[in-house]
Formats: sequence, C-alpha cells, structure tokens
Amino acid sequence: MCFRLLSPIRRGSIRGMVPPESPGSEATRGFHGSPPWEKIAHDPDFRRLLADKIKFVVPATAFFLVYYFALPVLVGYAPKMMSTPVLSQLNAAYLFALSQFFMAWILAAFYVRAALRWDREADAVLKKFDLK
Amino acid sequence: MNVAPFLAIAATKSHTALWMFLSFVAATLVVTWWSARRSSGAAAYFAAGRRITGWQNGLAIGGDYMSAASFLGIAGMIAFNGYDGFLYSVGFLVAYLTVLFIVAEPLRNTGKYTMADMLAFRMSPRPVRAMASLSTLTVSTFYMIAQMVGAGALVKLLLPGVSYEMAVVGVGGLMIIYVVFGGMLATTWVQIIKAGLLITGSLLLSVLVMRHFDYSFPKFIDAITHVSFHKNGVLVTQNFLEPGLKFGAAVTHGWGPLDMISLGLALVLGTAGLPHVLVRFYTVPDARTARASVVWAMIIIGAFYLMTTFLGFGAATILTPDNIVVGGKPNDNMSAPLLAQALGGEVLFAFISAVAFATILAVVAGLTISASTSFAHDFWTNVVHHTREHRPDEEVLVARVTAFVVGAISIVLAIKLQTINVAFLVGLAFAVAASANLPAIVLSIFWRRFNTAGAVTAMAVGLASSIALIVISPSVMGTDAKALIYGAPLFPLKNPGLVSIPLGFLGAILGTLFSRERASASKFTELEVRANTGLGAEKATEH
Repeated sequence: MCFRLLSPIRRGSIRGMVPPESPGSEATRGFHGSPPWEKIAHDPDFRRLLADKIKFVVPATAFFLVYYFALPVLVGYAPKMMSTPVLSQLNAAYLFALSQFFMAWILAAFYVRAALRWDREADAVLKKFDLK
Repeated sequence: MNVAPFLAIAATKSHTALWMFLSFVAATLVVTWWSARRSSGAAAYFAAGRRITGWQNGLAIGGDYMSAASFLGIAGMIAFNGYDGFLYSVGFLVAYLTVLFIVAEPLRNTGKYTMADMLAFRMSPRPVRAMASLSTLTVSTFYMIAQMVGAGALVKLLLPGVSYEMAVVGVGGLMIIYVVFGGMLATTWVQIIKAGLLITGSLLLSVLVMRHFDYSFPKFIDAITHVSFHKNGVLVTQNFLEPGLKFGAAVTHGWGPLDMISLGLALVLGTAGLPHVLVRFYTVPDARTARASVVWAMIIIGAFYLMTTFLGFGAATILTPDNIVVGGKPNDNMSAPLLAQALGGEVLFAFISAVAFATILAVVAGLTISASTSFAHDFWTNVVHHTREHRPDEEVLVARVTAFVVGAISIVLAIKLQTINVAFLVGLAFAVAASANLPAIVLSIFWRRFNTAGAVTAMAVGLASSIALIVISPSVMGTDAKALIYGAPLFPLKNPGLVSIPLGFLGAILGTLFSRERASASKFTELEVRANTGLGAEKATEH
C-alpha cells in the first residue's frame, strides 16, 4: 500500500529527465495511471514464468561455467594428459577448446528456444491485465 | 647491393595501404554526415532512435568488441606460443552466454541509455549514478588508452612515413568526429562496416592458409605439430598444439595456470559489465531484438575467434616465428599482416592493415560514446542537475562536449605513454567491469534485499581492488628497467579478477546487510515485472 502511494513521486525522480520530444512518461503511454505492478507480480502465471526462467538459467549458467573453467584448470594443471593425441594428431587440449565454441552456440540455441516460449507466456500475462 | 627496388616496393606498399585507409575513412565520414542529418533529440543521439535491427546490432556488438588486440594480438600469440594463444580466444565467446542469459533483456527492459538506469530504478539515484559513472569512465579510459597506444604503434608499422603522433591524432580526431557529429547512429554503422571487413579479411586469410596446405586439414595439422624455428640461436622443432608454452607452470614460476583462470573469470563475467557493450542494447526496439542481437553477435564473434586457428597457426607454420620480424626484431603483432603479405602480396597486406585500422577506430568510437553518454546522462543530468534539464537538448550538448574532451585527453595520454607497455590496461578494464559493474547489475536483477549502500559498496570495492591489485602485480611492478614501478611484485597474478571479483560481490553483500532501505525492496517488485514482461520499456522513436 505504502509502495503504491509513493510510486508516482519516486518514478518521476528515478526514471530521469524526460526528453523534450516525448511529453509524458513513455512508461504509462497507452493506459491510464500506473500499471498494477504488485498485482502482476503476484499473478500465478507470472510467478510460473519466473520459476520457468530460473529453472533454465541457473543450471545452464552453472553448466557453462563448469565446462569453461574445466579448460584452463585441466590444461594448466594436467598438461601432459591434455597433450594426448585423440583424433589423429589433434590432442585433447585443442579438441576441448574447440568444443567450447559449439557448447556456447548450442546453449544459446537452447536459450532462444526457451525464450520464445517465455515471450508467449509474458504476453499472456499482459493480456490478462489488458496491457497488451 | 642495389636498394632501389626495395624502396620502390616500400613506396607501392604504403600507397596501396594508404588508399585503402583513406577509402575506409571516406566511407565512415559519409556515414557520419548521413547520421548527423537524420538524428535529432536525445534518443536519436544516445540510442540511434532505438531502431537498429537485430542483425545490425549483432554486427555492431562484434565490431565494438573485437579489438585490434584480438585480431593482431591473439594471432601473434598463437604464432609464437601455439595453443596457449588459442586458449585466449575461447573466453571471448563464452562470455556472451553471461550477456545472453542474465543481462541483455532485463537491461533493455528497465533502462534508457546507460547501465546506471537499471540500478537507479531501484535505488537512490544520485549515489549509484555517480558511482556507476565513475566506474564507466574508468573502464572506458583504460581501454581507450590501450587501444590508442596500440593504434599509434600499428599505423607507424603499416604506413611507413606516418609518425606515432600523427597516427594517434588521426585516430583520435576521427573518433571525435564520428561521436560528436554522428552520435550513436554513426558509431553503430562504423562498427557494422568494421565487423564486415574483419570477417571478410579473416575468411580470406583462412582460405588462403588452407590453399597453402592444398585444402587438407591433416597436412595443416601435421605442420602445426612440427614447427621448426630458432630459439636462443638453436633450431628447435616444437608441437604447437601442446599447451603450456606461454602460461604453463614451468615457464611462469608456477602462477601461469592460476593467472589464466583469473583472466577467464574477468572475461566471462566482465563482458556483461563493459559499458560500451551494454549501451548497444538500448539501440534496439525491444528486449526480444536485444536477445536476437546477442545471438547474431555470438555467431560473428565465434566465427572470428574460431578463425584465429587459421590466422595464428597459419602464421606459425607458413612463416614460422623466425620470419615474423620487423626492423630486425621479432614482432608478434605483425603476424597477421605479414601472413597476408606472404599469401596475397602487397594488396592483401594493405587490406589487412586497413582492417586493423578500421578495427581500432570502431572500438574507440564505441568507448567514447559510452563514456560521454554516462557522463551526460548519469552524472550531469541526474547527479548535478537532479534530473532536470535546464535547457532543451542540454544532455546531448553535454555529451558532445564530453566526447570532444575525452577524445582530446586520450590523444594527449596516448602520446605521453607511447613508450610504456599498456597492454595490461585491457585486462584491467575487463577486471573492473567484472568486479565493480557485474555484481551491481546481477544483484539488482535477482536480489530483493539489495540496496543503494550495497550497490555503491560493490562498485567502489570492485573498482579500487582491481586497480590496487594491478598496481602491485607483475604487470606494473618489476625488477627490470621496463617496469613502471621498481620492486618485486607484491601480488603474483597479472590478472586481478580471481580476487577482486569475489571482493566486489562481498562488498555488495556486506554493504546491503549493514544498511536499511525500504524503497529498494518494494521497487524490486516493479523491476521484476518490467524486466520479465517488457511492460513500460522505452519504445523506439517514431521517425
């Protein structure tokens, strides 16, 4: 409650000066008054969207950090092992470094696929509140 | 021996290169003129009207990010040290996963022109903006000096007859023209053109390297595993795929591997805190386009760093380190241009030189606009003037003046510092971005309790500890004549990230826990909705 009373004042001070070419805050263009942030934030569909995102982003970030740092750790502390030829003369060190590129691209592709679903879910939440 | 033919070659070489330089400069000036005519108003100047498309912004991010240090530096490192140089390449791409997963979309949805917009959204705007602006200006200045000193040294080599000072003034002057007159739109197109040239040049060189080996990978790899060159006067044959030639424990008093990990941490976390990369996300219409642009950037950046295999190992095998020599001294930065000369003659040498020049210009222009945007928008308008513009378009005017001042200062510093090895400043920029900016950005997205004191402490501690650790590191301290400070280094690593990044996060947590602030937690609710739905996000300007 306290938050909503304060909100218009704080918004003015926080969102910074308004560029001369756009009178009125762009944030509120298209609907009257401030959007019901609290209500949206507590909407079950919105909470599910956030949980969905976390369920992807946290494990994916943990995975790429471990996968990436395994490279300097292995190459730095087990150089003999990483020098073993694997594919004809290509050694484990080079192949592992090369695989990082494909790891990054594949994870990005997974993210984009999931994000398309989140876009639809976010749009559905906004529609529910008549904001889209 | 008749020297005339050599002089003639030198003359034609410098002419071809000069013409290519000049045509690039002419093209970018046309772009600047075109941008200056189109843009009016703050959103146009700072964010190109938010009407850059996904692939355009992706190319521009690549153009902003892939510096001459990558193009010439990594190729050279691979040419002289083999695998360890390639190890360097990997982190630059993986870093974009952090940008894609965590930063790009929330930043676009909750900000206007700078990363401080998002922080100020939840927190008391004046302290966080002042601190963020300080950190942005520090990162940009360090990075810029490194680029400008590199530019001066490079142009001197590539264009005989042009002095270091002329090169620095030329690069600085062009950068000022792009940013002061053309704003973000001109900067974006300079970066797009550069990215196109860089990819074309690298692709061309890669194909020529493979042609040299009859398009046979086994032949190429066989050559890489048997590189013969003189080491301390003795002919040795080395397997260049073997790790450890540069960063191995044996050649670095045991600290090399840890230094590599520290550098990796700064790359992977710092990229998502680099102000000149972050401002690019405000140039697109919405968060979905911001996401698409990161994906385009990852394709371009990944392709480029993958090709460092051909540029670097190509130079190692075709030229061998014995022949990468300028004026009688080995010069690893010249590996790619000399490889071009060997494979494609003077025209290709000139083209690759022009690409290197374009690369530097695009990066320094990006740094200048992010520094001047932060000063004008964060510091001038929101800290000094309490969010009110005193005159119409004052913010843009302040930014233009700042761009001019930043450019002039960089020119002077680059000329003063020309004899000093400033390569470590690039690492420092990444370390500050990772230790000061990233904790503040990530925690304001994910931590409800996070507040003003936490954000300011994080940025202050991250900034101060990165700089302090660099000053007492082997990059600055040493016992030989080249060291900036004489004395045994007090900190063993060249890259401070491993210590300064945890310190930044620690500062954020302690600063938050030892202070009370209600508004920040309640604004978090609004930020969460904005960040995840795009509700209320800044729209593209209508034309």
